[in-house]
Amino acid sequence: MERRKFIKQTGIATAAVAGMPSLDLFGASAKSKKITILHTNDVHSHIDPFSPEDASFPNQGGVARRLTLIEAIRKENPNTLLLDAGDIFQGTPYFNFYGGELEFKLMSLLKYDAATIGNHDFDNGVGGLAAQMPNATFKMLSANYDFTNTAMEGLTKPYEVFIKDGIRIGVFGVGIQLEGLVTKALSKETQYLDPVEAAQDMSRILREEEACDLVICLSHLGYEYRYDKISDLKLAEKTSGIDLIIGGHTHTFLDKPVVVSNAKDEDVLVNQVGWAGINLGRIDFEFDTSGTVKTTSKTITV
Amino acid sequence: MLRNFILLFLALHVFSCKDSQATLTHIDGKQIPITDSIKSDPAIVEYVAPFKARIDAEMSAVLAYAPQSLSKNDGPFNTALGNMMADAVLELSNPVFEKRTGNTIDAVLLNHGGIRSTLNAGDVTMRTAFDLMPFENSVVVVELTSDKVNEMFEYLKSGKAHPIAGMQISIDDDNNLVKATINGEPVKDGQTYFIATNDYLQQGGDGMTFFSDPVSMEVLDYKIRSILVDYFKTQDTIAPVRDNRFTKE
Repeated sequence: MERRKFIKQTGIATAAVAGMPSLDLFGASAKSKKITILHTNDVHSHIDPFSPEDASFPNQGGVARRLTLIEAIRKENPNTLLLDAGDIFQGTPYFNFYGGELEFKLMSLLKYDAATIGNHDFDNGVGGLAAQMPNATFKMLSANYDFTNTAMEGLTKPYEVFIKDGIRIGVFGVGIQLEGLVTKALSKETQYLDPVEAAQDMSRILREEEACDLVICLSHLGYEYRYDKISDLKLAEKTSGIDLIIGGHTHTFLDKPVVVSNAKDEDVLVNQVGWAGINLGRIDFEFDTSGTVKTTSKTITV
Repeated sequence: MLRNFILLFLALHVFSCKDSQATLTHIDGKQIPITDSIKSDPAIVEYVAPFKARIDAEMSAVLAYAPQSLSKNDGPFNTALGNMMADAVLELSNPVFEKRTGNTIDAVLLNHGGIRSTLNAGDVTMRTAFDLMPFENSVVVVELTSDKVNEMFEYLKSGKAHPIAGMQISIDDDNNLVKATINGEPVKDGQTYFIATNDYLQQGGDGMTFFSDPVSMEVLDYKIRSILVDYFKTQDTIAPVRDNRFTKE
């Protein structure tokens, strides 16, 4: 069965490239592919590094340093995605003075591929966020905020499929409950929908309809709570089909990414890298494309 | 011809998706600290420079001096930094409130999560105020019934070090309220109290629903950050302390 599929696919691919230079479909380099996912969360307008006198993070962070690091990784592996899990806005005078303009322009210069929306991204109102969207070349993803009748209507997508080296990577976003965090005066008619249902729906669409090889959730739900509130760890347990949850909101510094068993007893990676651009998360996914590997088990090193 | 091309395209699309041979075999995850060992990208530094220059000009004004760094995490129940913020709100809002209404603020409640940075030892500048309180939130004074004030104490007994002033709380090992007073007096049934907070919390932020439907409300149009700036200007040295306004017995 596996072999039959393989031949069929090769045949079509060959037909498509007839008259063009032949592709080395059987070469060793084509048998293994690597996708690198880089991520930040809760950068909170921290564009400059913290000062050397800072009591908590002396000399750490900084957008200009982040780009140097990202460019070095892109040179090593061009098949890299750069993602952010929300709370881009609010935390330094850059936001008070310029309303998020510089944050979005810099993320665009760094070639972020996608981000999701955090509660503080509503701090100048849903209209204030919409006003900065022309400065964003990256996709703003949200599967559980309904922006109908707000300034953000039509400016977000639930998910995006990125194709890197033939690997289909589905990315979707989920945001935190707005009640109690964002006042109605700011969120206007934005509706918060159940993130677990939204995430499972996205996972199904991305796996089945979009035939993705890799499914990534950008979450601003928060890593974990001591009370009954949906979090990244709970979302991981309650859903299936998601490979990686990139979290935010709780400003959680993890020693390393955490592996959680999902509803089908498969491994999901959950990661969050503190806040303020102190760290860059890096997750490498290796794929075998020889067609000979049938096992669903994979190895994870963190 | 075009139709054939579309069909071929569709066939390609379907087969390349459904018959994908990619099998995930290995995941490797880590995080990379952004430190001064990484060179800054010069194009980004140049791009940011004009934005930064305008801000730096305003932010570097020195307002006071702090001999020691202060953090909102430097103790349970109450912290020096939180106490300073709540005390500053009480001290600077009350004259405004009194002049407008003839009433006096009884107590202040802000939220722990609203303290957005440490206050670093050394010069206290305009930037310090922006770091601590980047939000545009303003002081509002709500008049609460005794029932709502009791609800407020029930909320506070969880023990989180929300900045408070004008009230005293003590809890036991099981987080039951042992003492809950306003200006040293127990809450009197039927009496109303004037509590200063900010507009975010008044609108239910951080789950403080007891602020939602007050007997009356006065919006002072005085930003919390402006209060900090004005407070710093009146002080030479910023050295608040932890005290017994909220304790565990």
